[in-house]
Amino acid sequence: MLLFAAGKILQTLMVLLIVSAVSFTLLKLAPGDPIQIMLGTEYSPEAYTSLMKQLGLDRSMIEQYLRWLGSFVTGDWGVSYVSKAPIFQFAVVEALPVTLTLAASALALSVLIGVPLGVLAATRRGSIWDAATSVFTLTGTSFPSFYLGILLIWLFGVKFGLFPTMGFVAPWEDFWAGVSHLTLPAITLSIYFLAMIVRMTRANLIEVLEQPYIAAARARGEPNWRVVWVHGLRNILMPLVTILGLQLGALLQGAVLTETVFSLPGVGQMITNAVLNREYGIVQAGVMITACLFITTNLIVDLAYPYLDPRLRPR
Amino acid sequence: MVDIPVDTRLAARRPTRLEGLRALARSNIYFAIASIVVALFILSATFAPLVSPHPPLDQDMAAFMSPPLTENHMLGTDSFGRDLLARTIYGARYALAIGFGAVLIGALGGLIVGVAAGLSGGVTEWALMRFIDALLALPSLIMAIAFISILGQGVDKVILAVGVALIGPFSRTVRADVLQVKAQAFVEAAGLMGVKRLAIIWRHILPNVIFPLAVQATIRVSYAVLVSSGLSFLGIGVAPPTPDWGLMIAEGRSFVSFAPWIAGVPGTALAILLIALSIVGDGVREHFDPKLRKQG
Repeated sequence: MLLFAAGKILQTLMVLLIVSAVSFTLLKLAPGDPIQIMLGTEYSPEAYTSLMKQLGLDRSMIEQYLRWLGSFVTGDWGVSYVSKAPIFQFAVVEALPVTLTLAASALALSVLIGVPLGVLAATRRGSIWDAATSVFTLTGTSFPSFYLGILLIWLFGVKFGLFPTMGFVAPWEDFWAGVSHLTLPAITLSIYFLAMIVRMTRANLIEVLEQPYIAAARARGEPNWRVVWVHGLRNILMPLVTILGLQLGALLQGAVLTETVFSLPGVGQMITNAVLNREYGIVQAGVMITACLFITTNLIVDLAYPYLDPRLRPR
Repeated sequence: MVDIPVDTRLAARRPTRLEGLRALARSNIYFAIASIVVALFILSATFAPLVSPHPPLDQDMAAFMSPPLTENHMLGTDSFGRDLLARTIYGARYALAIGFGAVLIGALGGLIVGVAAGLSGGVTEWALMRFIDALLALPSLIMAIAFISILGQGVDKVILAVGVALIGPFSRTVRADVLQVKAQAFVEAAGLMGVKRLAIIWRHILPNVIFPLAVQATIRVSYAVLVSSGLSFLGIGVAPPTPDWGLMIAEGRSFVSFAPWIAGVPGTALAILLIALSIVGDGVREHFDPKLRKQG
């Protein structure tokens, strides 16, 4: 068990290392000379060479990479050219919690609604419910989220005036204001996952309900709700968690678009603004944050398997 | 929950063939409608100058932000007085060109990386696989954003950025296919007969990999359209005044409280195209991959 976990963690670190190397190379490929940008009007050949030495840009690529990696790991991510603020503070302390709150609420929303809907569709196959959910999963998985967000703003923000349509209020500072600010963005981001979860729950549950152990449970006279919600759900947990881990990338990229629709100051908006301002250091920070989140979540999913399914526990 | 008695469960299970046929017919109707919709989009994109009521950049000084069904502007105009129907028709050109172009690049890159990873073995394979892992660790949109930040804006750059971002997923499936083909008896037989390695790859492995790749490509077109319009929506993809749907939706976002049609017209077009493309993609996949048929 420990060996298994250690192997997984090592593999994850390996991938992270490669991602960091690729994103470092990308940064080096970026057009524009960072030293010239930093010097601006104070440019002179002497200042140029001294700053180059000071920043270590005269050393070999590998040496630069290792130095960058070292400072990255210790949280020294450099300073933004535009706001002069340290990037780590900006990206991790300010932007990341916004994105995580948004993503977590969307995920919670889609699991809490999606699983019961999927169960309903699976247990009443061929009913109107089933037909309705199949139309919903089809449109939900392919509808462009940013357009959905605008539709929601128009309907609930403008027509009914029910929810605020812009900005972020931290729910841990002002709970109700936070929730009302998060409602529309969370719905926007959750639709794709909701559809995905309904589809996965339905397909897997149909398969599970045909298994012999379900027939055995029924034969023992267990009530239907127990057969479906206990024996059935327990056995679709694995594929569900797997798909959620793999789809986390979609959640993160959906968050980028949703943040722009609702003007939420999260990682997505940070990256977009950085691209427009040509702040490659921040783009790189955003890329690394996304990759870390995605890889770590999948590591957790991998490590959670033995707990979700006792049959997978190494003996 | 209704308690289902045993006999109805048996009765429900028996006519699966009939049910299957009906489901197939139903899915075929969806598939047929979706194919017609996609064909219409492709046709109107191709013949945009003939179909479009106005040129996409023409400004009507007498009609700023007019609502749909205004005289001369069936679907209304945007904040510059440009005809939304015309811009949406021309926008189909960009959406489809970018979508297909990006998938082409992704599939080609995925073919090269995937075949190399599948055939090389040893350290090279290990390194290529870790490279693919790293590519897959980033969502396509984020990777496309990173490339755009280096390449700059523009239609060609969006195609390249989204295409490169798609290489990871493509190469993984190609490699799996290569491994499967490589294990088959006829490949081994050809090797034993002394057929040259490159000839084996060209004559036996590639033809068996290309077809599933084409199916994959069909499925991913809608995704490529979605990611590229997302880039434009963020304001870092195609540059204005190009009639790109993502860009038009972003422009319309500012006017949503009093002129919702500015975002609504291109947004609806995008949504319809994406849904139709994904039905077509699913249909193609189901038709050619019987393994996936049972999944709902």
